[in-house]
Amino acid sequence: MAATDASPGGTATRGTRLIGAAAFVGVAWLVAFGLGFSPADRDQRESVRILYVHVPSAWLAYLAFVVTAVASGLYLFRRRHSLAWDRLAGASAEVGVLFMGITLVSGMLWGRLTWGVFWEWDARLTTTAFLFVTYIGYLAVRRLGGSHEQRARRSAVVALLAVLEIPLVHWSVVLWRSLHQEASVIRPDGDVKMDGLMLFTLFVGIVAFTLLYVWLVIHRQRTLTAEDALDDAGLDAAIAARRAEAVTAPEAV
Amino acid sequence: MESPVVELDGVVAVLGGFPALAGATLTVQRSEIVLLRGPNGAGKTTLLRVCAGLVPIARGQATVLGCDLAVDRAQVRPLVGLLGHRNGLYLDLSVQENVRFWGATVGATPLEVDAALERLGLAGRLAGLSVRRLSAGQQRRTALACLVARRAQLWLLDEPHAGLDAAARDEVDATLRQAAAAGATVVVASHELERAGALATRCVHVVGGQIEAEPVPR
Amino acid sequence: MTSWRIARLVAGKDLRIEWRSRVALNQVLPFAAVVMVMFAFALDRLPRPAGAEDSLLESVAPGLVWLASLFSLLLLVQRAFAVETDDGALDALRVARVDAGALFWGKTLALAAQLAVLEALLLVTAVLLYGTEVRASGVVLLIATWVAATFGLASVGTLYGGLAAGARGRETLLPLLLLPVVAPVLIGATRAVEAALGTGGTAIADGWPWVGVVAVFAVVFGAGGTLAFGPLIDE
Repeated sequence: MAATDASPGGTATRGTRLIGAAAFVGVAWLVAFGLGFSPADRDQRESVRILYVHVPSAWLAYLAFVVTAVASGLYLFRRRHSLAWDRLAGASAEVGVLFMGITLVSGMLWGRLTWGVFWEWDARLTTTAFLFVTYIGYLAVRRLGGSHEQRARRSAVVALLAVLEIPLVHWSVVLWRSLHQEASVIRPDGDVKMDGLMLFTLFVGIVAFTLLYVWLVIHRQRTLTAEDALDDAGLDAAIAARRAEAVTAPEAV
Repeated sequence: MESPVVELDGVVAVLGGFPALAGATLTVQRSEIVLLRGPNGAGKTTLLRVCAGLVPIARGQATVLGCDLAVDRAQVRPLVGLLGHRNGLYLDLSVQENVRFWGATVGATPLEVDAALERLGLAGRLAGLSVRRLSAGQQRRTALACLVARRAQLWLLDEPHAGLDAAARDEVDATLRQAAAAGATVVVASHELERAGALATRCVHVVGGQIEAEPVPR
Repeated sequence: MTSWRIARLVAGKDLRIEWRSRVALNQVLPFAAVVMVMFAFALDRLPRPAGAEDSLLESVAPGLVWLASLFSLLLLVQRAFAVETDDGALDALRVARVDAGALFWGKTLALAAQLAVLEALLLVTAVLLYGTEVRASGVVLLIATWVAATFGLASVGTLYGGLAAGARGRETLLPLLLLPVVAPVLIGATRAVEAALGTGGTAIADGWPWVGVVAVFAVVFGAGGTLAFGPLIDE
């Protein structure tokens, strides 16, 4: 997924325009079905519509996490250490943080409207919250500075450690919550009975969001590639300026 | 003629986007003592760190002690000794404990360590003192003792005279000459003009990330 | 030099430094005790509800002990790496090309030793301040939890401490990275100690699965740390 023949004025290509259009159509469908065509839930009524945003966002948050982890692994363990993988990991993480935020906010809204509570300590929400914080840490590590290779190596290691850590967090939270069976009467998602049309809308949501994710990540990755290239291109100018110091520098101490 | 210890050719080294070295070329033969002079910010420290295998090379070629730094710069590290602006010591340990630790990383025996302490005049009472309580000159000598104990073949010293009084500076110079006589190669960055003649076999001027050679006025 | 000898060398060096400077003893330990007292200020509700077996503090004591341990871990890790960066020793370690895995194990073992003592003393503090009672039947579970959790925390601490060392803004980065990661240990060790002490009527048998969780964590990060430490501290 390296930067290919992007137009000089931006990062769009024919491919991304297609994907972008498809994503737009998908989101339009989602809005139509989500807000219009699909029925209100028997128990939750209109507030079930928030799930059409919440569940796809959650799916995307985890997809983004997997992509970041795989890209980090491909950067570290391939002989050539291609920075394109590092940039993909970074782009996916940034988009993933966005979707995680949407997941958490929509989950809280849905919980508030349906069950009267903003937050429930169930395994899914808690693990997503943890993933969110882990990603913020990952993005902070990416901004530590140094050369592109240093950034890539450090953040790749952190991402792979997160792959180890998140299942452990999830597992312990699941065990933890299983101690509190009586609280599971209130379960933010998963127990909602969905009929055919509602499931279809959910499916549309997942597809639309996935297209949106791909479109965002490609653009973001190309922007990152351009930023890195800018750093490198500036190098020649910087070298020339550096050498000029030799001409103008005062005689040595 | 044996191959040079240090061979840099058009080396560009980038630190945080800034080309600290912008095409440095330098050759150093064994047992030479080369003095690097130049204004602050000229790239002397980066040059030393490149030779120590700590800073990656963006462009150019560099071979130190037979190791190609572009291929694997980690390989050269155990063979060199780098003394930067700080001494690399553990302040709460004694002189002897510090030199023993660093010597142990290359498998030096306590006897070798004690010999190193002797050579630098740190045996006896000083050896048991915690580094934190030593004077700047004594701390610097401890750091040099670590280089001796580690059997470094290339000594890279970044302003080793800084903060020392005249007597301590003389001691440092004596140690460097001893090391060179024993077969090590020494590259020293220093602002000390007066020492050039007495200490160095060759003087080199670093400015704007590049190197201009100069003969030593004798 | 074999890796094991290097690890022993580094661990010995770290412990010797602590012995001389007594920073953990004089600063971190009192900090942990102060934290335990602050917990009491914040959490102890008066009057105790009628008929309640344990006061609030007693029932949450295991969690508070581990929380105080985690906060102290942050300080211990920062100290462990401050020792390396104070006089540029970390650079010298890179130049000496000390085997990164051995370096990791050395620092982890030294950190674990200090942490273990701290945790034991925190339990004693809980007994004194919160009225916690230790029952003989739970001692084996208690010790197993202690070993597994200490090991896991020390590995993770050394790993992320190495990352944060020598980086900009290192003090604020370490808690952000470390605290979420150690959540499984907090959850698991607290539940296990609750079972060992019988807090809230928990049976001892309930605690062993939790020790399992913590042990898996320790193994995963012990192994992961050995591999990851090198790339993280290298320039």
